Amino acid sequence: MELSRVAPALTPRDGMSHLHNVDYRYQVLIGAVAFPGRITKIKDHAMKYALSTLAGAVALTASLVAVPAMAEDQGIVVYNAQHESLAKEWAKGFTKETGIKVTLRNGGDSDFSNQIVAEGAASSADVFLTENSPAMALVEAAGLFAPVDADTLSQVPQEYQPSTGKWVGVAARSTVFVYNKDKLKEDKLPKSLLDLADPSWKGRWAASPSGADFQAIVSALLQLKGEAATTDWLKAMKENFTAYKGNSTVMKAVNAGEIEGGVIYHYYYFGDQAKTGENSKNIGQHYFKNQDPGAFVSISGGGVLASSKHPKKAQAFLKWVTGKGGQEVLKTGTSYEYAVGKDAQSNPKLVPLADLQAPKIDPATLNSKKVIELMTQAGLL
Amino acid sequence: MASAIHLTPSALPAAGMKKRRAMSWITLAAALISLIALLPLAFIVWIAIQTGWDTVVALIFRPRVGELLINTVLLVIITVPIAITLSVALAWLTERSDLPGNRLWSWLSVAPLAIPAFVHSYAWISFVPGLHGLWAGVLVSVIAYFPFLYLPISAALRRLDPALEDAAAALGLGPWRVFARVVLPQLRLAICGGSLLVGLHLLAEYGLYVFIRFDTFTTAIVDQFQSTFNGPAANMLAAVLVACCLFLLALEVIVRGEERYARVGSGAARKQQRARLGRATLPCLLLPAGVALLSLGVPFVTVGRWLLAGGADVWRWDEISLALGQTLFLAIVGAVLATVAAMPMAWISIRAPGRLQRLLEGCNYIVGALPGVVIALALVTITVRVALPLYQTLFTILFGYALMFLPRALISLRASIAQAPVELERAASSLGRPPVKALWATTIRLSAPGAAAGMAMVALGITNELTATQMLAPNGTRTLAMAFWSYSGEIDYASAAPYALIMVAMSLPMTWWLYVQSKRMAGR
Repeated sequence: MELSRVAPALTPRDGMSHLHNVDYRYQVLIGAVAFPGRITKIKDHAMKYALSTLAGAVALTASLVAVPAMAEDQGIVVYNAQHESLAKEWAKGFTKETGIKVTLRNGGDSDFSNQIVAEGAASSADVFLTENSPAMALVEAAGLFAPVDADTLSQVPQEYQPSTGKWVGVAARSTVFVYNKDKLKEDKLPKSLLDLADPSWKGRWAASPSGADFQAIVSALLQLKGEAATTDWLKAMKENFTAYKGNSTVMKAVNAGEIEGGVIYHYYYFGDQAKTGENSKNIGQHYFKNQDPGAFVSISGGGVLASSKHPKKAQAFLKWVTGKGGQEVLKTGTSYEYAVGKDAQSNPKLVPLADLQAPKIDPATLNSKKVIELMTQAGLL
Repeated sequence: MASAIHLTPSALPAAGMKKRRAMSWITLAAALISLIALLPLAFIVWIAIQTGWDTVVALIFRPRVGELLINTVLLVIITVPIAITLSVALAWLTERSDLPGNRLWSWLSVAPLAIPAFVHSYAWISFVPGLHGLWAGVLVSVIAYFPFLYLPISAALRRLDPALEDAAAALGLGPWRVFARVVLPQLRLAICGGSLLVGLHLLAEYGLYVFIRFDTFTTAIVDQFQSTFNGPAANMLAAVLVACCLFLLALEVIVRGEERYARVGSGAARKQQRARLGRATLPCLLLPAGVALLSLGVPFVTVGRWLLAGGADVWRWDEISLALGQTLFLAIVGAVLATVAAMPMAWISIRAPGRLQRLLEGCNYIVGALPGVVIALALVTITVRVALPLYQTLFTILFGYALMFLPRALISLRASIAQAPVELERAASSLGRPPVKALWATTIRLSAPGAAAGMAMVALGITNELTATQMLAPNGTRTLAMAFWSYSGEIDYASAAPYALIMVAMSLPMTWWLYVQSKRMAGR
C-alpha cells in the first residue's frame, strides 16, 4: 500500500517538472562540481552492469554454439526425404553391421534438394535420400554429387539408376488411382491420367499438389507429352480437382467418400491395410499401365555429396542400402515400397513391378524446376 | 515534510539527467534489437530486387494470390469480431456477474491456450472428418485463439473503478448504456492489443489450416518453400503477407489512440459489485459451458480416444523423452532470450513514447507477425551465405525464436511497465540510486510478473512452433511438435496423440500460472 501513497504525493510535482527542465543542465553542472565522486560511482555501476551483461551474453552464446558441436560425432549425416520409419530402419541396420553412427535429418524432397543447392559445398549432409527422382536430378544438375562407387551401381539394374551414375535407385513406387468402391464402379474408371482433365471429372478427384510425389508424376507427364500438353492438363486439373495436403490425407478422404478418387502412390493403401485398415477399407487401387504417364514408376534415389567429409562411410551406407540388408527391409518392413536391387524381392502383397507396364524415362531428365514453374502458373501452388 | 520540499531543487534535476542518459542507452539497445529484427524483412526486399520487377509483378499479380488474399482477409475479418464478442461476454460473466463457479469458468476460458492450435485442428478433423474451408477455419481459430483476447479483457474489467459506472448510472444511463459508454471504452486498449495478437496469429498459423484444408498465405508459402526452398515465389507471397501485417498494425495504432487511462482521486477503488443474473443464470451458464465443451472437451475426448485406440504401443518412451528434453530446453532458453531482448523496447514504449518508439515497436510486431517459415527461410539463406559457422546451430534457431516471439514478450512487459508508476523510478533516482539500479529496483522489479508472463507466452509459442523449428533446428533435433506433425502427416493419429497430450500437459502449468498472475495483478 506504500506504492499508492507515494504515487499521488509525487504526481503534482510531476506536473511541475517542465519548469525545472530549463535549468537541468546547470544543476547537473553544479552537481558534477560539487559531488564528483557520485557521478563516477554512477558510471562505475553502469559499467559493472554492462560488463556482467556482456559476460552473460558471451557465456550464453558460447554454450549455444558448443552444445550442437558436442552433439555431433564422427558419424554421417543423412538428409532424409524418405519416410522416416524406413530411413530409421536402414540407419539402424547399417549402424548395427558397421558401427558407423547415422544422424537423420528429416524433410521433404524439394526443400532438401533446394537446400543442398543453396548450401553448396558447405552442406553438412553426407548422403541424400529421396522419395522421387526429380530432387536427385536437381542436385545432380548443380554438380554436387560425387560419383557412386561402381560396386554399388552394379547392385542395381540399369533401369533403376540414372544414365549418369551420379546417384542410384534405392527403392521405387508406382502411381495409382485410388477410388472409393461404393462411389465409383470399375467400368467408370479413367483409362488414362489424361482423362482426368475432362470436364466430366470436375469435382471428382483429389491430389496433393504441394507434395514432391505428385510433382514427380507431373514431371513424367512433362517428359512424355511435352510442355504445351502439360500446361493444358494442369489448367484443367485446377478446374477439376480438390487439393489435399499429403497423399495419406487424399486416401483418407477417398475412403470416407468425401471424393470419388485420387492420384497418389501405391503403398499408402498397403501401409494402412497392415495397420487397422480404417482409412482404406473402401479403397480400390487402379493402375493405369500401358506406358501411360499415370503408370509412372518413380525411383527413390540415394547419392553421396561431393562435399562430404566422410565419403567412405557415406559410400558404405549407400552400398548397404542398395545391398541385401537394405533391400530386405523393403520386403519385410512396413514401407511397402518396391525393392530395386538385383535379385531383391518386393513384398509379395504388391503387384509385381514388372507387371505395371511403366513408361520408360531416364530419371536424370526429370525437370522439377520447370514443373514447379508450370504448376505455379496454373495456380496450383 | 520540509525535506520533501527541499528535494525538488537539488536532487530531482540531477535525477532527470541520469534518467536521460539511461534512456539513451535503452533507446540505443531497442533500436539495435529492432534493426537486427529487421533482417528477415531486408532479406525479402533484397530477394525482390534480385528477382527483378517483371518477375515480381508476374508472381504477385496472379489469380492464386488473389484467392489467397480473399481467404486470408475473410478469415481475419470474420474471426476477430467473433473472438472479441465472445471474450467480452465471457469476461463480463466471469468477472462482473454472480455466475456460479465463475472462477472455474474463468480458468476454463484461459485453458484452451494450453492446447496448440494444430492440436485443436487435429481434434476437430478427427471429430468431424469432412471439416474444411473458411467456416471450419473460423470455428477452430476462434476456439484456439480467443483466450488471447479473454485474458487482457478480463484483467482490464477487474481493474475498473466502479465509481465511473456509478456516476454514469446516477446520471440516468441504463445498464446496457453504461456498459457501452463507460465500460467498453475502458476496455479499448485490451481489445486492441488482444485483437492484434489474434490477427497476427491468424496470418502466421500453418498447421491449423493444413488440417482443415484452408489455404492462407502462410500455407501457400510453405507449399512454395517445400517445392522450391527459397524460390522467389515464396518470398513474393511473403511480401504480400507482410503488407497484410503492416495493415493490421496500422489499424491497431489508429484504433488504440494516444490516450492512457489512469485513475485519479484519493483512496483506493471500491470493490466492484457483481451484477445479479437472477433468472438469467441458467442461460448464461450455457455460454461458458458451451465454449469449454468446444475448446476443451473436443480436444480431450479425441486425444483420449486416439490414446485408447493406440494402447501401449504408441508410448515410445525413448523417442518421447528425447523430444521432451529438446523441447523444454529450446522453450526455456528461447523465452529468456526473447524477454531480455524485449525489455528495452517495452521500457521506451511506456517511458519515452514518440515517433521513434512507434517505429521501433512496429518493426518488432511486423517481424513477429511473419510466419516462422519466412524468418527461417531468411535465416537459412543469411547464415549459408554470410555466417556459415552459425548455420543449423542452436544459436540460429534461438535467434529465430527470439525474433518471432518478441511481440509476445513485449505486450506483457509493456502492460506491466505501464502499471509501474514512473514516479517510483524518479524517487529512487532522487534518493541516489544510479540510473540502471534505480530502474532495476523499481520498474523492472514491478514488471517482473509481466516479464514472467511474457516468458511463459514465449515458451508456449516455442513449444508449439513447427515450421521454423523444422528448417532451422540442428541435425537430429526432434521436438514434440515435429514428432506430432510427422505422425499426423502420415495419418497415424494414434501415434501422434501422446505428443499432443504431452504438449498440452507442458503448456498447462504455464497457462495456469498466466491465469493466476492475471488474477493477482488485480489483487485477487
